[in-house]
Amino acid sequence: MDLSPLWISLATSVTATAITFVAGLAAAVWRERYTSPAMALVDGIFLLPLVLPPTVVGFLLLLLFGRHGPLGKLLLQFGATIVFSWPATVIAAAVVAFPLMYLTSRAALEQVQPELLQAARTLGASEWRVFREIALPLAWPGVLAGTILSFARALGEFGATLMIAGNIPGRTETIPIAIYFAVEADEMQRALTWCAVDVVISLALLSGLYYWTRAQGLGRAQRMAR
Amino acid sequence: MALDVQIEKKLPDFELNVAFSASEAPLSILGPSGAGKTMLLRCIAGLEQPGHGRVSLNGRVLFDSDQGIRVPARRRRVGMVFQHYALFPHRTVAENIAFGLLELSREEQAARLSTLIARTHLEGLAERYPRALSGGEQQRTALARALAIDPEALLLDEPLSSLDTHLRSQVEAQLQETFAAYRRPTLLVTHNIEEAYRLGEQLLVLSRGKVAAFGSKEDVFRRPPTREVGQLTGCKNFSRARRNADGSVEALDWNCRLRVEQTISRPPAFVGIRAHHIDFLESTPPGAASENVLPCWLVRTSETPFRITLYLSLRQPAADTSAYDLQAEVFKEKWQRFRNLPHPWHVRLSPDSLFLMPE
Repeated sequence: MDLSPLWISLATSVTATAITFVAGLAAAVWRERYTSPAMALVDGIFLLPLVLPPTVVGFLLLLLFGRHGPLGKLLLQFGATIVFSWPATVIAAAVVAFPLMYLTSRAALEQVQPELLQAARTLGASEWRVFREIALPLAWPGVLAGTILSFARALGEFGATLMIAGNIPGRTETIPIAIYFAVEADEMQRALTWCAVDVVISLALLSGLYYWTRAQGLGRAQRMAR
Repeated sequence: MALDVQIEKKLPDFELNVAFSASEAPLSILGPSGAGKTMLLRCIAGLEQPGHGRVSLNGRVLFDSDQGIRVPARRRRVGMVFQHYALFPHRTVAENIAFGLLELSREEQAARLSTLIARTHLEGLAERYPRALSGGEQQRTALARALAIDPEALLLDEPLSSLDTHLRSQVEAQLQETFAAYRRPTLLVTHNIEEAYRLGEQLLVLSRGKVAAFGSKEDVFRRPPTREVGQLTGCKNFSRARRNADGSVEALDWNCRLRVEQTISRPPAFVGIRAHHIDFLESTPPGAASENVLPCWLVRTSETPFRITLYLSLRQPAADTSAYDLQAEVFKEKWQRFRNLPHPWHVRLSPDSLFLMPE
């Protein structure tokens, strides 16, 4: 059996999560600094991929990255086409996972007492150091939860991926897409196998992270109470 | 060594508008909750931007709205001890204190850390996390952390308010020790009159964003410039007043004529006396003409462990009224000596203890 959907799915999810981690966190930090009412619109845009049907997201990405789209044209000048290639699966997964990372880490960062950040500033810390050494460690449980949610969302991404990356076996065929086309081609055995693989990965991931965060949380609590 | 502050900032209810300078003598900033005390400290530390004004520290301009200078908090070298200490919960005591020492070499860091730990009596607690510290220990950690950056000025926001009463005198002593060694501009915000008096040498009274009094603490307490400052510094007894032709003062609410030592250039609007300055005579004076002696009747009492507050009426009170004219405070031992004397009692308002306020 061709295992490529497994590797493609994992590579896509890991890469997309890494991108989302940085982008979502950066957006959350940036957004936290401003309180103007106009920011509600920015919030709306950031959360759009969460509420729109994935097919709509995929279609919009297609317009953006397609041959005649603004980003597509730009990339074409460098001789790159994104649509129907592996990077397209990453883009689709990252975009749909972004709101989850953004929302969760913003909520976590807002929980950090502003006085702690201010204290760090009076002690001479740069904004980067304030973030790296105070805000991020204290918001870490929430940031981690956002990362897990993002990874899970990226792993399960189907609609937008199909729109922008298509189904090219060995290149853009992720597990969810493999399942869909297996069912369509009436290859029930193959569909079932991939379903089982997906369930196993998800369960392993979730339970592994559960034990890891619990162990970390306990260790942290014990350390701080010492 | 001087911190010069001139700040204007619009707040929701009023405008903060203060100007003062502080040298190496600790300055207590006293005011009721919501007077703008904390905002003032935050403006000096660079955590808030004043709308207008100028802040300079040892000649170094930290903020100047006219010149557009806004030095960020991290470059001000102003140490701040927050009201709830703001210790980093994920760092040990040592890591908290060393946070501001990043630019020093490892050896210098270690040396400075142990000096600070010794100076704030935190030996043996360096590896603990803030959560496992008592209130007093947290306070000392916050102090050591603020001192670590060798600040050119030190700001303390209600340093004793989160502590249990029995810890306060201990922490107060620690603060006094620190201030004595530090001798740089030190601002201490509090709403507690006694704290303000014990910890500061200079006193600034802040009321709704304005400086109501500023000077040596002895002067401000002895001769409050206004009735409001009198009240904010804990004075309980005021009467509207008018100067008589012979130089004595007519206390309109107390319905009597008083001799007052203090002279003020403007006509007095009020005369006041502190509750513990009211003197009870243990024997009836020879003639009713005795200077500044008034007959009074006890209305009610209120006890603390060692002192008693007596609410006195200057007229024979009707049985059902609790209206009083004077509030006096005496030690219980003293009270035992006159409590059984027949009414009216006689109190003497010493000319030296009375003070006049033009507004």
